[in-house]
Amino acid sequence: MMYRVGQAAMVLSGAALVALVARHRWSGSQPDDREAFETAAEAESTPSIHTAFTIDKPRAELYAFWRRLENLPRFMKNLIEVTDLGNGRSHWVGKSALGLKGQWDAEIVEEREGQFLSWRSLPGSMISNAGTVSFEESPNGRGTIVRVTMEVGTGLGKVAAKLGGATQQEVREDLRRFKELMETGEVATTDGQPNGTRSLIGHLHNPI
Amino acid sequence: MRAVCWNGKTDMRVETVPDPEILNPRDAIVKITSTAICGSDLHLYDGYIPTMKKGDILGHEFMGEVVELGRGVNNLKIGDRVVVPFTISCGNCFFCKKEMFSLCDNSNPNAWIAEKMMGHSPAGLYGYSHMTGGYAGGQAEYARVPFADIGPLKVPDGLEDEKVLFLSDIFPTGYFAAENANIQPGDTVAIWGCGPVGQFAIQSAWMLGAGRVIAIDRVPERLLLAQTWGRAEVIDYEEVDSVLDTLKDMTGGQGPDCCIDAVGMEAHGTTLDAKVDKLKQTVKLTFDRVHVLRESIMACRKGGTLSLAGVYGGFVDKIPMGAAFNKGLTLKMGQTPVQKYMRPLLEKVEKGEIDPSRVITHRLDIDDAPWGYKTFRDKEDNCIKVVLKPDGNGGFRQHGHLGHSHSHGGNGGNGGNGHTH
Repeated sequence: MMYRVGQAAMVLSGAALVALVARHRWSGSQPDDREAFETAAEAESTPSIHTAFTIDKPRAELYAFWRRLENLPRFMKNLIEVTDLGNGRSHWVGKSALGLKGQWDAEIVEEREGQFLSWRSLPGSMISNAGTVSFEESPNGRGTIVRVTMEVGTGLGKVAAKLGGATQQEVREDLRRFKELMETGEVATTDGQPNGTRSLIGHLHNPI
Repeated sequence: MRAVCWNGKTDMRVETVPDPEILNPRDAIVKITSTAICGSDLHLYDGYIPTMKKGDILGHEFMGEVVELGRGVNNLKIGDRVVVPFTISCGNCFFCKKEMFSLCDNSNPNAWIAEKMMGHSPAGLYGYSHMTGGYAGGQAEYARVPFADIGPLKVPDGLEDEKVLFLSDIFPTGYFAAENANIQPGDTVAIWGCGPVGQFAIQSAWMLGAGRVIAIDRVPERLLLAQTWGRAEVIDYEEVDSVLDTLKDMTGGQGPDCCIDAVGMEAHGTTLDAKVDKLKQTVKLTFDRVHVLRESIMACRKGGTLSLAGVYGGFVDKIPMGAAFNKGLTLKMGQTPVQKYMRPLLEKVEKGEIDPSRVITHRLDIDDAPWGYKTFRDKEDNCIKVVLKPDGNGGFRQHGHLGHSHSHGGNGGNGGNGHTH
């Protein structure tokens, strides 16, 4: 059942991608995009994405790994490369679920070493998002509670963000992979393992 | 390599698939010398576990020789002979550090599926649906073993495969079930199900100080093994009017102090509730037939402990919670944290305190796996436990404890039609 839902979602996201590409072509870098996004973000009382994991590692170590933005593609599945441009600015290259590349620039809005980091995409970017990752010592000595909150805009902007890998579930899975990488040194995977003859449905299914 | 692949309900096929490769630094590749079919594989065979895909390689009870190592594995070397636990566990997370290896946070790549179905994800398992990771299993010539620095247990050359193979699952699972039953010296322990896990639960109950063990089943050779090897009193549930009355009578009205359900989600029974479950399962209203769970709650003495070793998969109906609550029962359950028990139980095997190979009735070539599944599921041919030999050293079926053997007539991979015992 779950797989059937997954396939339906894939078909839908394929259709949405067409919409996204169309939008990107004609909207280009209109300055009012950013304003619209910020207004929408402020209007929402709760962040559109919020997820948390407890990671059994010291706060400082987790923060340092995350702050080195080049590390992010190691656990964020839809990222190909992040380049730190200095002065809090960075250039991001990502891919959609169907493998199409997208690029955008982002800036760090605020940070407190070992505690939190807030960022937002720069005006005119193909992907509009803003978010915060925070690192808080677990009160029961179980390591660090890492929380990610993200705003991904509304309407087509939201569609674009989703295709860029920013659904609640995808962000959650990215954070889970961060936990796996930090706790075990690797990310659990079965990609590349053998299997017998798959059905057509089995071929199509692509877990998050 | 050859591998046993699930192709749908009761459709197992032995296919030629690519050899596994190292995918992560802490992986190893093991060349499999012995691998078994587990009772829990029969739940997959019968199609009762969701999130299976055609082509999935099954098998989670296997051992063999290390032939390749990732750069992150420093405690094994090429050529080591290892038994692989069915639970895939990182050794680093909160749960692994507390030896709750079957609850590992970091070994299930499909944790999100399990989270949606159960709230949280358990550890990844070999060959046991995509909900628990979709890992290729060990009913094959080779297997990839993740977190190989934590899981596999090196075994001494002097002990043959059949004595140590079941450290991968059923011996620790039987022991874990008995430990969960909170057996106090002299306690009466009732065990539902005399399959391999039930047999090891019986053995373990004695090790943990039981005064009396009562085993319940309906299959003659299983009851016989429980009596002879297990020194248990037995109840054939098809031969008594009521298991509850019989247990009550045998225990002077008190009921067993400890009850172990070694049956799980495909329970058979002669009572109305069992028949209703069967009907509901047939029309997909439930995944689980839970007659034993109900009966053991009703049978257990007040303040006693019920330990579940049989696998449950989904949502269950008509559990007598009122009885469990008002009798003050303790319920314990879960997949076995195998890594915790492998070494101490290996010591018992080394000292000769137990010979786990006693449960083996069939030794087959891997190509005969489909026949093995069917025979094991149907409890035909006195089948209690099937061991597959991927290196071609099976090739005949041998009745272990029942004392006679005969050559295998070469039934192919798809059925064994015409075979008679």
